[in-house]
Amino acid sequence: MVMLVISLIGFSIKSNIGDPVRDLVGERVTPAERAAIADQLGLNDPFLKQYTRFVKNVCHGDFGTSLIYRKPCLEVILKHAPATIELVLGAALIIILISLPLGVFAALKPKHLFSRFLMGFSTLGVSIPVFLTAIMFIYLFSVILGWLPSYGRGETVDIFNNGYWNSGFLTLDGLQHLVLPCVSLASIMLPLYIRLIRSEMMEVLETEYIKYAWAKGLAPMRIWLVHAFKNTLLPVVTVFGLQIGIMFAFTILTETVFQWQGMGFMFLEAIERADISLLIAYLVIVASVFVLVNTVVDIFYGFINPTVRISGTK
Amino acid sequence: MSHLLELHDLEVKFALRTGDIIAIDGVDLTLDKGETLGLVGESGAGKSVTGFSIINLISKPGYISKGKIIFDGEVISSFSDEKMREIRGNKISMIFQDPMMTLNPVFTIGTQMIETLLAHKNISKSEATKIALEKLQKVQIPSPETRLDQYPHELSGGMRQRIIIAIALLTDPQIIIADEPTTALDVTIQAEIMDLLQELCETDHMSLILITHDLAVVSQVTEEIAVMYAGKIIESGATNEVISNPRHPYTKGLINSIPGSIKPGEKLQQIPGMMPTLSKIPPGCAFNPRCLEKIGICETNIPEPKKTDVGTMASCHLI
Ligand SMILES: Nc1ncnc2c1ncn2[C@@H]1O[C@H](COP(=O)(O)OP(=O)(O)OP(=O)(O)O)[C@@H](O)[C@H]1O
Ligand SMILES: [Mg+2]
Repeated sequence: MVMLVISLIGFSIKSNIGDPVRDLVGERVTPAERAAIADQLGLNDPFLKQYTRFVKNVCHGDFGTSLIYRKPCLEVILKHAPATIELVLGAALIIILISLPLGVFAALKPKHLFSRFLMGFSTLGVSIPVFLTAIMFIYLFSVILGWLPSYGRGETVDIFNNGYWNSGFLTLDGLQHLVLPCVSLASIMLPLYIRLIRSEMMEVLETEYIKYAWAKGLAPMRIWLVHAFKNTLLPVVTVFGLQIGIMFAFTILTETVFQWQGMGFMFLEAIERADISLLIAYLVIVASVFVLVNTVVDIFYGFINPTVRISGTK
Repeated sequence: MSHLLELHDLEVKFALRTGDIIAIDGVDLTLDKGETLGLVGESGAGKSVTGFSIINLISKPGYISKGKIIFDGEVISSFSDEKMREIRGNKISMIFQDPMMTLNPVFTIGTQMIETLLAHKNISKSEATKIALEKLQKVQIPSPETRLDQYPHELSGGMRQRIIIAIALLTDPQIIIADEPTTALDVTIQAEIMDLLQELCETDHMSLILITHDLAVVSQVTEEIAVMYAGKIIESGATNEVISNPRHPYTKGLINSIPGSIKPGEKLQQIPGMMPTLSKIPPGCAFNPRCLEKIGICETNIPEPKKTDVGTMASCHLI
């Protein structure tokens, strides 16, 4: 359903802005010739008919041909996707690894100096735009300290040996190239998560069942890290699922700053050169990824929340 | 002479932003082995706070500011958290008011039972499972094996409260503190749960502190009673004596307001007014603005507990 709506929007853009005739034959043809070609391509058919044809093609994996790359759009996107996915994955990993311990700490020891510092810092963090952080990172770690590379993906390994998935996770050089882009992408969401986890956890700590856990004489570590933590995770996972889609949107900025050859970079290029087919293909595919990720997150949510799981199986 | 549990001049304060309020004001209580004690009073009288202070688990701005609690010969009110943990849920178990809120929704009944045993006993998981099953049978839960794998939301309120009672029994505690264990349940189940609790305490010689505002329940279940008002115990003694010969006007008022204590057709009597908020306790006897038998001294002097003609204790100037 969601996919249908998105493809419809995508298609309307295409049929209104794009001029496939120009894409095909260039500017130097007479209006009469243009009309003939348009007719041949079915461009004068009613909107609904064109749209059905478009959906049918998409279902067969045919998004048309990219103007810039002169290859099928799907292939172009699939080639760029791994870079973006690795960027998002790396950023998500950083967010999880950092925000969980910090958020939990801030919830358990709200009066501790470090927690106060964390809260102040995260307020500041939310308000700095991502390109500024990215540029600051580049300036500090690449230009001044020279520790980390500031653009490109570095050395990559073709994991499936078919030319599609070139991974930066497997070589030291690739990993070094991942650090700055991932950190700056993560930095957008990190403060938000620290705050979210902290407030959710503090709420859970006030509940009756946590008080009961204390009354049962359980060890503090078990109460905090098993009882309270699992209940904290429920709302956080939901938000995380929604935000991971938004993170894909933010990759456009990050990839531009770091010259990262991913989908976001490709997207901007497509805009600059009016490669409509590629743009539409990007929109539709990113939307599908969004839906897919949310489904996966929902399934994971079902795993940790027994209430959902049971009502699902009944 | 030594009792199982003694509260000596216990005072609990809540450090609020507007200043400290005294929630428990000089409470003395004793509980013997196998004894059942009812703690009654209106909402806000300090019953729950008294219960929680015994296991040193008063909610946040609250703390024990004076007095001491002696359990089994040891002053547990000065125990460290570490040492206190060996008592909580082990020697003194607690049953909370609302079974819907008490169990953690994301863990199975089995997990929540077994973790309690493992926290206190040096036994294996399978031994713990065996004990858990045994206790579930004891509280008369149908098909106990399947319960272990169920989550709280799959069970009814009455069933959950049985499970919570089973958890309380796991470590064979010496005292069970039940804080309004049936208030959240419907009437037929209330009676079942109360009967169960009473029976278990009798057969296992456990002591029970039953916190409630239901005098009818207390008179059926407990041997001793303590009536609380605004953080103080105003009347205490053998339950049947206090119920049939109340000496404090507040207790009299409470008894008159039970349906069934009077002849059919007569109007229920209510105590006029409300209990004062703790920050605005009137001078003298805290009950004096609502008291029907008030005399001059009630507004100036705080009454001391005195022995009554029927052998109970009451804090009232009229005695
Ligand atoms: N967390 C808290 N913060 C501040 N004051 C509190 C807190 N908990 C209890 N109090 C104070 O202690 C008083 C006694 O509370 P308590 O919960 O013991 O009443 P109760 O007799 O159990 O009433 P109920 O029948 O409603 O359970 C309350 O009137 C309230 O003013
Ligand atoms: Mg209470």
